[in-house]
Amino acid sequence: MARMKFLCDAERCIECNGCVTACKQEHDIPWGVNRRRVVTVNDGVPGERSISVACMHCSDAPCMAVCPVDCFYRTEEGVVLHDKDLCIGCGYCFYACPFGAPQFPQAGAFGVRGKMDKCTFCAGGPEANNSEAEFKKYGRNRLAEGKLPACAEMCSTKALLGGDGDVLSDIYRERVTNRAARGTAGTPPFGWDAAYGRPDAQKAPAAPAGGAKS
Amino acid sequence: MIKQIVLAAGIAAVAIGVAACGERPQVVEYKQGKYQGKPDQTPYEAAPFAGNKTEWERAIKTRNQSQNEYKRT
Repeated sequence: MARMKFLCDAERCIECNGCVTACKQEHDIPWGVNRRRVVTVNDGVPGERSISVACMHCSDAPCMAVCPVDCFYRTEEGVVLHDKDLCIGCGYCFYACPFGAPQFPQAGAFGVRGKMDKCTFCAGGPEANNSEAEFKKYGRNRLAEGKLPACAEMCSTKALLGGDGDVLSDIYRERVTNRAARGTAGTPPFGWDAAYGRPDAQKAPAAPAGGAKS
Repeated sequence: MIKQIVLAAGIAAVAIGVAACGERPQVVEYKQGKYQGKPDQTPYEAAPFAGNKTEWERAIKTRNQSQNEYKRT
């Protein structure tokens, strides 16, 4: 088993926030904590692009490097998890993370900062698999049920892919190849039409120069 | 008599002075770079896979491939 990774196809993401909702629902995430969120570049401008962002489960994770209490660990599947019993909520991991993945619940008075919470790749944490303690601290352990992260599995446009990095690469490669093959004169090989247009419609030859009889 | 009092006071002062030396350290010593938390289970360790890694990998692979709409019917 290779490393578990996320991959978001910016050509397909429609900023529906379904992944965000699925994550919050799956793990019963409190208000103010967003393990996943959708970032849009050039919002409102034609050609805008959206991408779903969460913990990327880095191979060389900076959060692990800066944690003063060493509460992070990496599973054999390459998922970066942490022990909430050890976390002191210092926020170093938040400053170190290039994706802003670590989240801190602020339910208490005076802006008190709780223990760090982040995407677990639906793999729970250091508690017995699918136990109540695991769900309360880390959310549901879908990986132990033989399932992939809820955000990726429910993505309606399959913009967000999650799972074995090698398989994701193959899926994305095939997708991009198909897009490029569909690209005809006047149609960009990438973009909305290529991503969502019907293959037969895209492959149809252009109308003859004389014009067809209507 | 005075000597005994001075001696007793001296012993008491020394005892009070070194009393803090017997305290246990209250700061946890962390080993840099090594995970200090509880050990985690592998995803296939408990039910429904009960340690069958092959079966778990097959389940994950099936789910993985179901994300490829070019291979779905």
